[in-house]
Amino acid sequence: MKIRIRFTKHGVMKFVGHLDMMRYFQKAMRRAGIDIRYSEGFSPHQIMSFAAPLGVGITSDGEYLDIEVNSTRPSGESMRALNDTMAEGIQIVSYVRLPEDAKTAMSIVAAADYDLTCRPGQRAGAADTLWGGITADELRDAVTRHFDDAPEALITKTTKKGERTLDLKPLVYELSVEEKGGQPFLYVKLSTGSQDNIKPELVLEYLLRAMGHTFDPSSVCIHRRNVYARAADGAGFVSLDEMGENIV
Amino acid sequence: MRKPALNDEILLKIQQPARYIGNEINSVTKDPDQVAIRFAMCFPDVYEIGMSHLGIQILYDMMNRREDVWCERVYSPWPDLHQILKEQGIPLFALESQDPVRGMDFLGITLQYEMCYTNVLQILDLSQIPLNAAERTEDDPIVIGGGPCVYNPEPLADFFDLFYIGEGETQYDALFDLYLRMRGEGYSRKAFLHEAAKIPGLYVPSLYEVTYQKDGTIADFTPLADDIPAVIRREVVTDMTDVVYPEKPVVPFIKATQDRVVLEIQRGCIRGCRFCQAGMIYRPVREKNVGRLKELATRMLAATGHEEISLSSLSSSDYTQIGELVTFLVEELKGKGINISLPSLRIDAFSLDVMSKVQDVRKSSLTFAPEAGSQRLRDVINKGLTEEIILDGAQLAFEGGWNKVKFYFMLGLPTETEEDMRAIAALANETAVRYYETVPKEQRNGKCQITISTSFFVPKPFTPFQWARMYPPEDYIGRARIVNEAVKSQLNHKSLRYNWHEADVTVIEGVLARGDRRIGQVIRRVYETGGIFDAWSEFFDYTRWTEAFADCGLDPDFYTMRERPLTERLPWDFIDTGVTKEFLQREWKRAMEGKITPNCREKCAGCGVLTYGCGVCYGETAAGMEEG
Repeated sequence: MKIRIRFTKHGVMKFVGHLDMMRYFQKAMRRAGIDIRYSEGFSPHQIMSFAAPLGVGITSDGEYLDIEVNSTRPSGESMRALNDTMAEGIQIVSYVRLPEDAKTAMSIVAAADYDLTCRPGQRAGAADTLWGGITADELRDAVTRHFDDAPEALITKTTKKGERTLDLKPLVYELSVEEKGGQPFLYVKLSTGSQDNIKPELVLEYLLRAMGHTFDPSSVCIHRRNVYARAADGAGFVSLDEMGENIV
Repeated sequence: MRKPALNDEILLKIQQPARYIGNEINSVTKDPDQVAIRFAMCFPDVYEIGMSHLGIQILYDMMNRREDVWCERVYSPWPDLHQILKEQGIPLFALESQDPVRGMDFLGITLQYEMCYTNVLQILDLSQIPLNAAERTEDDPIVIGGGPCVYNPEPLADFFDLFYIGEGETQYDALFDLYLRMRGEGYSRKAFLHEAAKIPGLYVPSLYEVTYQKDGTIADFTPLADDIPAVIRREVVTDMTDVVYPEKPVVPFIKATQDRVVLEIQRGCIRGCRFCQAGMIYRPVREKNVGRLKELATRMLAATGHEEISLSSLSSSDYTQIGELVTFLVEELKGKGINISLPSLRIDAFSLDVMSKVQDVRKSSLTFAPEAGSQRLRDVINKGLTEEIILDGAQLAFEGGWNKVKFYFMLGLPTETEEDMRAIAALANETAVRYYETVPKEQRNGKCQITISTSFFVPKPFTPFQWARMYPPEDYIGRARIVNEAVKSQLNHKSLRYNWHEADVTVIEGVLARGDRRIGQVIRRVYETGGIFDAWSEFFDYTRWTEAFADCGLDPDFYTMRERPLTERLPWDFIDTGVTKEFLQREWKRAMEGKITPNCREKCAGCGVLTYGCGVCYGETAAGMEEG
């Protein structure tokens, strides 16, 4: 039986890296008494895979792992058992059963969306200004001029094989300046996964450079909202936890 | 959620930020306003090492069972963070509350190996607590040391307010109760320490004076008050079964060295190897009841979710219920995806059968620790292992499908000759011969792989070898070279691999292990000239140490290169471990005569620990009771 678990990651837990989160969940499964399946062989391991690794320092409301179980309690009970043994900052928010022929989250991830906030203390100007003292309107204007209305949005991406030039336009699906509690931030939904994986800070870097500002990676707080797969009809995206059903 | 002591900019800049955030599963959080005592428990090395230490987990659990005490953890910040804390003046903090250590009531530091001594000063310095106990004020925490190195606490005497000599489970309640009473009545730090010095096992170095003779040896060691003991007796847990044990150990986020449940099956060792400090200072052997161990194993696995459990003891095969325990673990746990790790098991038919069930034979290796290459020298050190036992064990293992063997030896043991050194290579070669004789060519999984590792012997206090001399680094390297050449000249040299430890650090460890109070200024000098993480070869700097000795006008050879006369007053003679000096002298003489001493279950050797009234001395070895 295939199960997809969605969890959130906040507070100091953002400093626990991807590999350590995998170890964390392996132990959590045992503590919570989840009847997880083990692989065959001399050193059996839990059948578990994560959707999209989250970088150290990033918080999230939409992290996913897929597991296989021999049997399961209802969604609510399983979530309670897991939440009873979570560290502060990690919360299980959904536990759904996938169709037996479902592909792993990892293989179908197509997009993710993020909020990029200016880290307090890194603002040059007033509390409602952004990186380098720019205002929300200035950033909004830059989105229009350098992204929405521009024929292309070229960045240089450094990979293991060297540098390559990449056009952000076909890979960024949504880009806007929003506000919450008087705090402006940049919202971006972009291509994620094994192909064309784009880090959200690259989009911010592109905009700031286009505006003639420098970009300091330590000046940005990143929060992932959710991770998506492409919808069955090919148009738009669907949240990974909408692909399964609650167990009652 | 508590605000981290370090801001995001710092945490994102340093290696492994999860070392410093706390919040781990089973870590204990309390309301600071609801507790009377704040205790910072420190292992002065990096998080991954410190988190693997059983002793701290035991004390952490024990102290936090008291409602009025909040015990938190502290580890050495890695050099990257060390620099940031110094530059920005951020005080070192405890993991759970993220509050500064300097605001706590106690700072406990465990002393597990000598090369962490500079890290002790790092902890004090980063906590912004005066390094020397004499400079501390009423606002500073009481700094207390524990662990095996306190059997000679003198090199660190300047830096500690208190040392706890012995097993930590017994006297902390008395110490806390005294602290609460005296603080409530408004007594000073000094008055408290004076009263604490009357609690059994507690040593307050500032209340004792050491005088020296012209030749540099100790003339006298005297209490400065007439109401405190002249001799401090080691504290011992008399009932291992009912003693507190952590059923919910803290589970780190990052991979610790010991990423598993650790089950202490017994304390102490019956063997009496003459070089081994642990074998002397944890006497007598006290076993935990097997039913209690089964219960603990089940509960600890459930509370941690660890995928592995390991047995902890100095010699697991000597645990009388080992068969029952291991069978239980294999049957109960194997199907649940839990691995079982069995260190310090003697290689015989039983252990090989068990091991074949719990590990992949083709990948794992078998370990022998003969410590010396020749039978003569093994008799000198009282290591009961014979060549026959080793070769027969290896043969059984080869028949069972293993082809990797690891050997551990020491060089520089008392009376060692070139012949003994060469015997190391010969024994390894003989083992390879057994492999090629035992396993037919078509069944071989390639060559056998025999790894020989040698360390250099460091004499430790309260062992029969505490009077032994050491050798200069060049001499140690010369010994390793003899072994290396002997290994190369063996017929099966292609199946043998040899590696040896560094010699410089051995000599410094030797000074710290048997040094006196004067060594404190050298440790301080090394720290002040940039020495930290000396237990790490990439940070250890021999020159920094030799220069510090020169700066302080002290000769390290005085502590290491002399064979000390049996009549000399040793810096640690004020401690009574229960093992008498007469016994140690008798054992030293028997060593020189090459005579072995039977183990505690065969025959009581009259070491003295019978006075604790517990363990093997009163167990199934009736002969031991009669003799004692």
